[in-house]
Amino acid sequence: MGTDSSNGIGSGINAAPRETLRIVVTGHVDHGKSTVIGRLLYDTGSIPQGAIDKAMAASKERGLNFEFAFLLDAFEEERKQGITIDTTRLSFSTDKRDYLIIDAPGHVEFLKNMISGASDAECAFLVVDAARGVEEQSKRHAHMLRLLGIPRVGVLVNKMDLVGYSEETFAKIVEELGDYLAALGMGADVFVPLSALSGENILKASDRLPWHKGPTLLGALDGIAKGPSEDGLRLPVQDVYKFDERRIIAGRVESGSLREGDTVLISPGGRTSRVLSLESWLPKDRRTSARAPESVGITLEDEFFNQRGDIVSHQTDPPVVAARLRASVFWMGKEPLRVGRRYKLKVATASTDAVIDAIHSLIDSGTLAPSEGAREVGLNQVAEVGISLRKALALDPFASHKATGRFVLVDGYDVAGGGIVTLAMAQEPARHGFVKGALSARSEVFEEYYLSFGTREVTKSPGDAPALYGVGDRVPLSGDSYEYPYDFDIVVFRDRVAVLIRDGRVQDILRLDDYSFQGLPLVNGSGYKVIADSEESFRELRDAFLSDGPKNEAALAQRHLDFNAYRRIAFSKADYSI
Amino acid sequence: MARLDHLESLEAQSVYILREAYRNLGRLGMLWSIGKDSTVLLWLAKKAFFGHCPFPFIHVDTSYKIPEMIEYRDRVAKELGLELIVHRNEEALSDGMGPDRGRLACCKALKTDALASMTKKYGFDGLIVGVRRDEEGSRSKERVFSERDNDDLWDHTHQPPELWGQFKTEFPKGHHIRVHPLLEWTELDVWRYIGREGIPIIDLYFAKGHERYRSLGCAPCTAKIKSDAATVDEIIAELALTKTSERAGRAQDQEDAYAMQKLRQDGYM
Repeated sequence: MGTDSSNGIGSGINAAPRETLRIVVTGHVDHGKSTVIGRLLYDTGSIPQGAIDKAMAASKERGLNFEFAFLLDAFEEERKQGITIDTTRLSFSTDKRDYLIIDAPGHVEFLKNMISGASDAECAFLVVDAARGVEEQSKRHAHMLRLLGIPRVGVLVNKMDLVGYSEETFAKIVEELGDYLAALGMGADVFVPLSALSGENILKASDRLPWHKGPTLLGALDGIAKGPSEDGLRLPVQDVYKFDERRIIAGRVESGSLREGDTVLISPGGRTSRVLSLESWLPKDRRTSARAPESVGITLEDEFFNQRGDIVSHQTDPPVVAARLRASVFWMGKEPLRVGRRYKLKVATASTDAVIDAIHSLIDSGTLAPSEGAREVGLNQVAEVGISLRKALALDPFASHKATGRFVLVDGYDVAGGGIVTLAMAQEPARHGFVKGALSARSEVFEEYYLSFGTREVTKSPGDAPALYGVGDRVPLSGDSYEYPYDFDIVVFRDRVAVLIRDGRVQDILRLDDYSFQGLPLVNGSGYKVIADSEESFRELRDAFLSDGPKNEAALAQRHLDFNAYRRIAFSKADYSI
Repeated sequence: MARLDHLESLEAQSVYILREAYRNLGRLGMLWSIGKDSTVLLWLAKKAFFGHCPFPFIHVDTSYKIPEMIEYRDRVAKELGLELIVHRNEEALSDGMGPDRGRLACCKALKTDALASMTKKYGFDGLIVGVRRDEEGSRSKERVFSERDNDDLWDHTHQPPELWGQFKTEFPKGHHIRVHPLLEWTELDVWRYIGREGIPIIDLYFAKGHERYRSLGCAPCTAKIKSDAATVDEIIAELALTKTSERAGRAQDQEDAYAMQKLRQDGYM
C-alpha cells in the first residue's frame, strides 16, 4: 500500500489540533451519573438521531418517558434493571476542546468495571444525589480515584429538584465531601448544583439556583486545567523485532522524551548505550526525537541482549531495581488476597511471580482508618501490603513515575488486583554467592543435597562454607554431594552474572551480557551442568532462560540442564547418628 | 515539546495494542472486512511492525458481499503480499442460506458461525477486529482484549477489569481473545486519519450519482445514503453535520433493539 492516493485525498482537513480531555463520571449507584452524561450530550446535540430513537423506543417499551441514561446504558440488562453494569465512553465537543466522557457504574458489585473505566482518565466528576447525600460508594469511588492517580475531582450535586433547590442542603454536602476529599489529600476543584432530569444548570445558569455563583456543568467541564505532563524518560521495552536486518526495540514512551544520540541506561541489566536511530515504516514519519505517549522503535549502538520488561531511561534519572515493594492495593478478585500466596505481578511490560509477605493494614474506605492484623484482603477492599518479587524488576515509586509505579496482580487467569508502589526497596546484595563492586549473584553452587532415611525427602543445605566469594577467593570444589573441576564457569541467569573459576579460585565476576562461552564446563547458579557446546548453543539457551525462565523453568531444565554431571544426592548425616 | 494531538495519540495507542497482541497471544490473525476501519487497521499494523505484517489477514466471506469489495480485496492482498485466509460457511451456503431466511439467521450462519469454525480450524488464540465504541451500544461496552470461550460466547455482563494497559493475556486453552485496537476511535477520527495519512481505501465510500456507502456489508442488507461527498474532505464535512447513525444503512442492526447485543453475545464481531 503506498501513500499516494487516487481518491482525491487532500490536505488542509485538519484544523488546528484540538485538546482532548478524558474525564470519568463516578459516584454511588442511582445518584444519576448516566443521566447527567446523557443530558449533557443530548442538550449539546452530540448524539445521532438513530441513537436517540433507539433510546426512546427502549424507554417506551419499559413504560418510561425519555430516559437519558439509555443513551449510555446499551445492554438490555442495564435498561431492565435501570443501572449501569459496565463502563462506556463517548466523545463530545465544546467550543473549547474535545472530551472523552467515561461513564462508570456505581453499584459496588461492578467496582471492577468502574476501575476499568476510570483507570486512564485525567480527571473525574463525582456525582452525589442531593436528597440522599454522601453514601458509601461516593467515598469508595473517591478513594479509588486517589489510588488510580487521579487527584483532580469536581463534585456534581445532582437531583437538586428533589430538595427544592436548597442552598442549605448543597452546603452540607459540600462540607461533608470536602472534608473527606481533604483527608484523602485530594480536594475538589469545583462543586456544581444541578438537576439532570429537569436540565437545570447544565449548559446555562439556572433561575432556580440564584444563590449559586459558581459555574454550570459545561462551565465546570471547560474550567478543568489539564495536568502537567511527567518528566523523566521511561520507555518500557515491549518487544524486540528482527523482521529484517534491523534489530528494533519497540515500546511506548510512558514519560519524558528521547532523541537520537542520547546515552540511555537499560535497567535492570544496568548497561548503557546510545540511541542510533528512531525507526519508522514511512519516510514521512521519519524523526529524530520522540515524546510520551508515542509508540516508537529504536535501534541502539550496542546490540547486547535486551528484552521485554527492561526499561530505557536516561542515566541521570534511573528507575529502582527492586525485588521487594511496599504498595497500596485494591482487590477485585473472587478469592481474597492472602499472605504467602503467589500471584503474577505485571508492571508496565515486565512481569514476574510475586508473593505477599505481609498485610500491613486494611484501609476502611468510609473512614480511611487503617486496621492492623489482617491475614487477607477481600473483594473491593484496600490494603497496604509488602510484596516480594521472584526476580528483581526495574520500576518506580508511583509518586515519581506513574506508568512504571503501578501494577496489577493476576490470580490464575484473572487480573484480581491493582496497586501502586509506595516504596521500592533496592535489591539486597546476595547473602550466598559472588560479589564484585556493584555486581552480585546469588549462588547455591556449593550447597549440599541430602536424602533423609526417615522421611525419604531430599533437602538442600548451605553447608558451612563461607557464604560470599570475591575475586581471588578459593572456592570449595568438592563437598558431600558435589565435585567440580578446577576450571569451570558459573552462569547465574536470574541475576545476569557470570563467574569464572580458574584453578579453584574466583578469577573474575562479570555481567552475563559480557560473558562468552569459554569451552569449559559450565554450571548454573545451582551447580547443575548447563548443556552447551558452542557460543551459539550457549546464547540460544541463555536467551531462552532469560525470557521464558520463570514460565517454563521445568521444560528448560529438562532440555538444557544435567543434575548428575557434578552433583549427586548424599545420605543425610543426621540419619547416620540415629 | 508539544503534546501529541488527538490522532497521534490514537495512533500511538493502537500501535501499542497491536504490539501487545503480537507479543502475548500465540496464534494471531486480523479480520479484514475490506471496509475503511479494517483498512486503517492494516495501515496501523504496517506502522507497528515497521512495514511488515507478521500475521495472516482473514476475510469471512458470506458470498453476498458487494462485488467491488472482493475485487479490491484480491488486488490489495496481492499488492501487499498479505497472507490472506478467505473463509466461508460452505455447508450453510449449499443449504441455501441467505437474507430471505431472516437477516439475523443469515448473519449468524454466514458470519458468526463462519467466524467460529474459522477460529477453530486455524487454532487462533487472538483475532484483531476493527470495531469501535461509537458504532453501536454493545460495542461501546467492550474491552480492548475481550475473551471468547470455547463456543465463541461473550460473557458481556462479567467482563474482567482492564486497567493501565494491562490486558487480558491469561486464558484457558480453546478460548480466544478479540483484540480491538480501534475501540476508542470515532467514525470521524477514522476519516480524518485516512485523510492525514493518505490511506487508499475502496471507492465505494465516495459518492457517485448522488449516493455513496457509509458502512460496507453484504449487498442485500446494506443501503447507500444520499450524498455528494466524493472526497475524504467532503465526507468529513458531511459527517460533521449529519444526525443519522453510521450503521443506519445496515439492515441487521434494525431488526430489534438489542439485535447487535444478541449477535455479538454469540460471537459476531
